[in-house]
Amino acid sequence: MFAYIVRRLFLMLVTLFGISVIIFVLLRIVPGNIVDILFDAAGFVDPADKANLERELGLSQPIVIQYLHWIGGLLRGDLGYSYVSEKPALEEILPRIPITARLAGLALLFSASIGIPLGVISAVHQGSKLDYALRVVSLSGLSLPSFWLGLLVLMASVSLFGTMPIFNPNPKTWLEALTIYAVPAMAVGFRSAALTMRITRSSMLEILRQDYIRTARAKGASEASVNYHHALKNAVLPVITVIGIEAAFLIGGLIVTETVFNIPGIARFLVEALRWRDYPIVQNLVMFIAVVVVVVNFIVDMLYAAIDPRIRFGD
Amino acid sequence: MRSVQALAVAALSVLTISDVSRAAEPKSGGIFRIYHRDSPGSASIHEGATYSLNVPFMPIFNNLVIFDQHIAQNSASTIRPELAESWAWSGDNKTLTFKLRKDVKWHDGKPFTAADVKCTFDMLMGKSQQKFRQNPRKSWYDQVDEVTTNGDYEASFKLKRPQPALLSLLASGYSPVYPCHVSPAEMRTKPIGTGPFKFVEFKANESIKLTKNPDYFKKGLPYLDGIEFTIIPNRSTAILGFVSGKFDMTFPTEVSIPLLKDVKSQDAKAVCVVEPNNVSTNIIINSSAPPFDNLDIRRALALALDRKAFIQIMFEGQGDIGGTMEPAPDGLWAMPKEMLESIPGYGPDVEKNRELARKLMQKAGYGPDKHLQIKVSTRNIAVYRDPAIILIDQIKSIYIDAELDVVDTAQWFPKIARKDYSLGLNLTGNAVDEPDQSFYENYACGSERNYTNYCNKDIEKLFDQQSEETNLDKRKKLVWEIDKKLQEDVARPIIFHARTGTCWKPYVKNVTIMSNSSYNGYRYEDVWLDK
Repeated sequence: MFAYIVRRLFLMLVTLFGISVIIFVLLRIVPGNIVDILFDAAGFVDPADKANLERELGLSQPIVIQYLHWIGGLLRGDLGYSYVSEKPALEEILPRIPITARLAGLALLFSASIGIPLGVISAVHQGSKLDYALRVVSLSGLSLPSFWLGLLVLMASVSLFGTMPIFNPNPKTWLEALTIYAVPAMAVGFRSAALTMRITRSSMLEILRQDYIRTARAKGASEASVNYHHALKNAVLPVITVIGIEAAFLIGGLIVTETVFNIPGIARFLVEALRWRDYPIVQNLVMFIAVVVVVVNFIVDMLYAAIDPRIRFGD
Repeated sequence: MRSVQALAVAALSVLTISDVSRAAEPKSGGIFRIYHRDSPGSASIHEGATYSLNVPFMPIFNNLVIFDQHIAQNSASTIRPELAESWAWSGDNKTLTFKLRKDVKWHDGKPFTAADVKCTFDMLMGKSQQKFRQNPRKSWYDQVDEVTTNGDYEASFKLKRPQPALLSLLASGYSPVYPCHVSPAEMRTKPIGTGPFKFVEFKANESIKLTKNPDYFKKGLPYLDGIEFTIIPNRSTAILGFVSGKFDMTFPTEVSIPLLKDVKSQDAKAVCVVEPNNVSTNIIINSSAPPFDNLDIRRALALALDRKAFIQIMFEGQGDIGGTMEPAPDGLWAMPKEMLESIPGYGPDVEKNRELARKLMQKAGYGPDKHLQIKVSTRNIAVYRDPAIILIDQIKSIYIDAELDVVDTAQWFPKIARKDYSLGLNLTGNAVDEPDQSFYENYACGSERNYTNYCNKDIEKLFDQQSEETNLDKRKKLVWEIDKKLQEDVARPIIFHARTGTCWKPYVKNVTIMSNSSYNGYRYEDVWLDK
């Protein structure tokens, strides 16, 4: 197990290095840079001023030098300066991380706490009206785009109560935080909940057909014990994988949710930074997201081993 | 028609309400909450050319002079003193001298003097050691030879030749005076002015906050404790925020005609006005390469336009037809109707115009069996894309098959500068309703914003002639003649001039939306909230 962990950690470093190169190169391949966009706001391009600005921002240097400059800074904890706000990139990124983390965490919590039980209920009552009703709910969760759902929630809130949830990035109490984040978290988590529910259902159905489940029933174990002790524990493995992958994919859903609910998190910030070709922000943010995804994957693999004793990688 | 009537009633009620509000005693206090349409690139007005920037930052500054903030139509007669107490032209009309106020302090406590005026305009003219990153309005000061000071409280603009328009250019929201002791880089992030509101913070994509300047030189002003702009790029969310009372006002001139109906249906008490804003939608033509190097094809294109159809489809009839200068009655320099309709393509009989266009196309070698294939390039923004699609549909009638070429914002100006296009659908906003600004910026040989490189030395002489003219009537006639020639030359065919809406809650007092500029009406020093 120890050897496996060491190997995984090494591979994580290699993956992150590869990602850093890809991010950097891709960003430079995208047509236009910050200088073009700044001049766009001015309504013209002056070649001499453009060259000066490119020099000032270090964009006239060879791409390899720019890359080494970035990685060197990153290793020293210096993320550079935002081209747009001219503030340190770290200062711009850091306050936005907890906002998105809270939203994503709540969305995942919502997804797991709704998706897993409903998936189990659906599987246990396979073919019943309840099963069909729950499958319709899960299908709608997968079909409705989160921005549409978000807008619907906002419109309902305005027409029913004459107000809309206004975002306060610094809630003072837990209750306030929950009220602020709950609605957007549900809007973005609905899709994940639906997916979790479907995976739980199909995984449960597969397990419930296994011989050892029949044996458990034959031994006189109660239905609850069979379903939750024998079946769910084994059915949950693919669900953990899906939740892990969803954590990574959530960023896509958060971009629209943060836009619709006007939440100043990292997802919306990333899109805006991309629009401005604000390289220091984009490359550091994408790198941060990559680290999160790689670490989540690592944790999921470790959970696999912890939950299922049959899986002991490398042992 | 009903919607037009409804808007007219709304506009009348605004006038009535405004009159009542001015009669009422202003109340102090409160934060004025406005949503903002997008995150501006910086806080430095002199380095920007979008009103996304000067709406939130104009309240921080003062100009030497400013257009009266409560008269919708900007003109020479509505110019009021700000940092200058008075101004005077010399006998030869070549020197403009300002006597400055002595009681003005910058927000950091340092005194304002004539040196600040000199260094601001030296920087704009490129004569200073400190440079702006971008200087989009450098051409405004082409006729200024130098700015001199006489002591701390007198500054003079010495001109190469008379230019009566200079005062109007100085009265634009784009002409604030900057402090000498603050670098251009600092002005981009933490601007310091002398104005009614002080800068608090600018969080990109989030908010811009301003607070009352208690030491403002106009005693008793401002009334508001502060102004907060919440940046909401999603228009639906922003409008919902206004309707639900989270905001006191929409972003100025950003509510489209169809959206205006939504606002009024959800918030009947909202005060909404629709005004022209001196932004024209036009076609830029690459006349340096085939096929548009052929004047016949350019003229055919101008003849094919059905301008009324554009306005009907895009604005439910709420738009104006004109030349380069904003149409009357809000535009001060517009050609008379008869003159406008005498220009090829402006006549009311569209089918007759198109018949002529088809003849010109046939002369150039095209016809029903041989269509011209081109691309119409434009930016990936609805206000650009939508008219481009209508344009493509209209020019089908003259044997031109066009394909839409949507260009990313970052690539738009580089592409235009490379002349890598045939036709482009473009929007031109004029900061001041003033021929010097429009002609020199957009049509003068070599100007940076003359995207098509149109260059006609004869017209250029007329530019200077009208610019020097001090007799207003004579100047107007020259301006009409130039505008007519620009349209006949198909320099940058103007399709229409848009009108847009702004809404605010009835308790917001003293807001005026300018009717011939989107850039000059945001000082907000005597706006108050009747709450």
